[in-house]
Amino acid sequence: MKVITGVTCPVCGTFCDDLEIVLDDKNKIIEARNACAMGAAKFLNYSTHRTKTPLIRKNGELVEATMDEAIEKAAQILVDAHYPILYGWSNTCCEAQRVGVELVEEVGGVMDNTATVCHGPSILGVQAAGIPSATLGQMRHRADLIIYWASNPWDAHPRHPERYSMFSDGRFEKSSWIKYLSKLRGEMSKKKIQRASNLVLKKDFCFAPCHEEGLPCSMYTKNRRTIVVDVRKTRSADAADCFLQVEPGKDYELLQALRVLVNDGELDVDEVAGIPVETLEDLADVLIGCKLGILFFGLGLTMTKGKHRNIDAAINLTRDLNNRTKFLIMPMRGHYNVTGVNIVTTWQTGYPFAVDLSNGYPRYNPGETSAVDILCRDESDAMMVIASDPVAHFPRAASKNIAKHPLIAIDPEVTPTTMLADVILPPAFVGIEAEGTAYRMDHVPLPLKKVVEPPEGFISDQEILRRILQKVRELKKRDMD
Amino acid sequence: MTELIVKNGFVYDPLNRIDGERMDICIRDGKIVKSVKDKAKVVDASGMVVMPGGVDIHSHIAGGEVDTGRLLRPEDHVKDVEVKTAVTRSGVGFSIPSTFTTGYRYSKMGYTTVMNPSMAPLQARHTHEELSDTPMIDKGTYPLLGDWWISLEHIRDGLLEENAAHIAWMLKATRGYAIKIVNPGGLEAWGFGRNVHSLDDQVPNFGITPREIIRGLCKVNTMLNLPHTIHLHTNNLGQPGNYVTALESMKCVEDLARKDKPVLHITHIQFCAFKGEDWGRLKSGAEEIANYVNNHSHVTLDMGQVVFSDTTTMTADGPFQFGLYHLTGNKWVNHDVETETSGGIVPFTYKRSSAVHATQWSIALEIMLLVKDPWKVFMTTDHPNAGPFFYYPKIFAWYISKKAREDMLKKINKRARKRSLLPTIDRELSLYELAIVTRAGQAKALGLKDKGHLGVGADADIAVYNINPERADPAKKFVSARKAFDRAAYTIKDGEVVVKDGKIVKQVFGKTYWVDVECARNHCRTTRARADAKIKKKFKDYWTVEYENYPIREGFLHSSAPVAVKAEI
Repeated sequence: MKVITGVTCPVCGTFCDDLEIVLDDKNKIIEARNACAMGAAKFLNYSTHRTKTPLIRKNGELVEATMDEAIEKAAQILVDAHYPILYGWSNTCCEAQRVGVELVEEVGGVMDNTATVCHGPSILGVQAAGIPSATLGQMRHRADLIIYWASNPWDAHPRHPERYSMFSDGRFEKSSWIKYLSKLRGEMSKKKIQRASNLVLKKDFCFAPCHEEGLPCSMYTKNRRTIVVDVRKTRSADAADCFLQVEPGKDYELLQALRVLVNDGELDVDEVAGIPVETLEDLADVLIGCKLGILFFGLGLTMTKGKHRNIDAAINLTRDLNNRTKFLIMPMRGHYNVTGVNIVTTWQTGYPFAVDLSNGYPRYNPGETSAVDILCRDESDAMMVIASDPVAHFPRAASKNIAKHPLIAIDPEVTPTTMLADVILPPAFVGIEAEGTAYRMDHVPLPLKKVVEPPEGFISDQEILRRILQKVRELKKRDMD
Repeated sequence: MTELIVKNGFVYDPLNRIDGERMDICIRDGKIVKSVKDKAKVVDASGMVVMPGGVDIHSHIAGGEVDTGRLLRPEDHVKDVEVKTAVTRSGVGFSIPSTFTTGYRYSKMGYTTVMNPSMAPLQARHTHEELSDTPMIDKGTYPLLGDWWISLEHIRDGLLEENAAHIAWMLKATRGYAIKIVNPGGLEAWGFGRNVHSLDDQVPNFGITPREIIRGLCKVNTMLNLPHTIHLHTNNLGQPGNYVTALESMKCVEDLARKDKPVLHITHIQFCAFKGEDWGRLKSGAEEIANYVNNHSHVTLDMGQVVFSDTTTMTADGPFQFGLYHLTGNKWVNHDVETETSGGIVPFTYKRSSAVHATQWSIALEIMLLVKDPWKVFMTTDHPNAGPFFYYPKIFAWYISKKAREDMLKKINKRARKRSLLPTIDRELSLYELAIVTRAGQAKALGLKDKGHLGVGADADIAVYNINPERADPAKKFVSARKAFDRAAYTIKDGEVVVKDGKIVKQVFGKTYWVDVECARNHCRTTRARADAKIKKKFKDYWTVEYENYPIREGFLHSSAPVAVKAEI
């Protein structure tokens, strides 16, 4: 039995790097200590349904092929295309992404990544307003007010609260874990009493709410406090001190209303987004009165009405709060190394996603050069998908057009995207079977470990891309001669 | 064995006291040698100036801060693109170029070594990834250590030897080159939104002052025998009246000077040389700074020369950047790094018509020209803070030609022109002095023994410029001199011609220098072992990453060039 420590989890932007992977005597992973359910699932099951060989579609059927044949076919598709999209990139390491940009440049295509359907609007918001932020340790050490807005870490980033926010211990702030346990115990007791009295008194009995309106009393204590703002009461909301239910599609109004209040203005209405203005006034006081506040936000802001305008408003609220106290904001990046591909693409081309290199130099115009939009207008004539699954996530109109043209898939698993592909090149799993570098949601770079050997013949994403690039150059030279 | 001979140029090699002598430079296998065989490839430098390749001691070209700046400003890139060629990658430019473009543009100006001055240790891996994708130049980077908790605690507790051991560990872990200090104490205060305003302010929660931080790290630097001095961005940067802080910072380590060797480098001194009570009454503090530097030998300075242009400010000085956001209302990035440092980015435009900006422009030129010894002052723009680096040739012209300065003076704000000392300064730097302030002096201050000169044993990093000092006086013909510095006739890197007539003809990737501190005595080895154990224990309390994932493997660097150093402890 072997235990490998300090393993970085290759699943979400929380990037827990304290995983301990336990291997049996045959070097098979049997346990993933410290991992959440998602991390454990990946380490224990990654190989169960993987594609076992490269595949090429012949006469409508996917047949086994050698890696060389698959690479040749992939390179030929790219060379023949006029305007290919090379998309995805988030489930792989920076080293592969770097080769990727070079490949896109060589074939004159579009380099886009999963931010385009995820936190792309956050990036647009940052490009408009900037972003007052920090690394996650700053929140752990200093934040006494934590807000999860349109984000449900309990499901999507399970260890985020215990590593960086409400349940973590820092130099200046302690965990509010005990407060949460007391709250749970209190609620369980309430339920028991309610059930007992209903049985005995044979009528419905309810506890009067401990406060008529406004914020719960725990919001005025000195230790860490957490607020969840969401359209529904999630498990994260249960764990928080305060839950504010916002009407769907009204986050923008709520953010701007808070800005008015934080800037000492007055609101002429009774409620905003379903929340009474008195509550908002109390909330503004709490925001201003904290020592260091952090606003974590998720797809509930980026992918609802307003999109990047919501983010703009959230960033501006944070900026305004910095006139009164210390306040930070951070997008809850989710998709493995999507932060990494934004970073790599930016340093090599100047732009973070939706980069058009078809004219020989980088162009960036989301809406024009972004994958979904190009596909909906059916302007591309080939696509390479690596380390993501757009057919499962894109609008149907876009996926239809993916299917219309030659499709290359570099993915270890069977997915809706690979099922449509003309060439499938299964790589080693980076972060389990191959090393690399990846970036956490707060831009901290971490090394990915190789914990087990890949099966015989399996090579890394990086190596596959290098070989495709080499083949592309050979084919282009042959065409010219 | 590849041999090259740069024939018959006017050679300016101040470290070897060569001042425009016509001579040949011989190269073999990337190094300068005494002679080569007749079969050597010839670069004909007749009628042209030959200098060591440019050395830039302070330019923000790689890392988290720089990349967030790139992401922040698509509008900066859209006006300045680089098309892919058979030899070069595509990219974008202006104030925050993409990495490939950065390397190419430096090389086209004859630069061969650039130091990235600001690296959050926790994100060092990012800096090195970007440096690996920055072609054409050798590089190094300075970890930010002036507000590092472990350092602050040791200085507070008087444990300097322990601190030295920790810093040696940190330099190796982050593959860093020098101790960088920014607004000491202020960045830790900024963690809760505060700042420090004088060398004797208490840093909240730590019971230590900026003066103690600067002195402590200065002593550590000497103990470790590091090749460069501590590299300081002073407190109160960008505040009217801050020249007093700059003088105090220089004075506070006067007694730590050893013989005539510098112990302190103050960076972008322009931003720290403001006199006056407020922006309305801003004046130049250049005279006071220059006077001090003329009478002391323990300090070196780099300029931070303002160029009138749109640009992007980015520093580790979080509170200063916040202030700039307030001043301009522009978009603002803040990035505090746990346990270590902070940072901020704000776009900025320097205008000739602004009395403040024009005064800033004048300040850096005044300091450069008033300091008598060119070995103490170096040309930088703190790229991109005071201006993008591709404006360097314009600055060279201001240095070597009074007429060039007068031409610009005519165009600037009237009030600033009246106050400027420049009309009273006739000095024009010679090409020899220009070579010192743009390469020889910088290499010497960095302790890079094989850079900045053309003597036998030096790296064959050479720039050839199409300027004939016998035919035309560069002070008069500064426009053509500027164009010559803009497009090097030849840039030679490690003995290979990589630029010809301002065009990249070969893509190469340089090395990354970092400091590998060795212990001189057993006592030090014990201290270091203890330090390593202590850091391991404290790691989980201080950082949110694991101890084993923090240090960078040497193989991670594209081409690692450790500089071995024997500590004095």
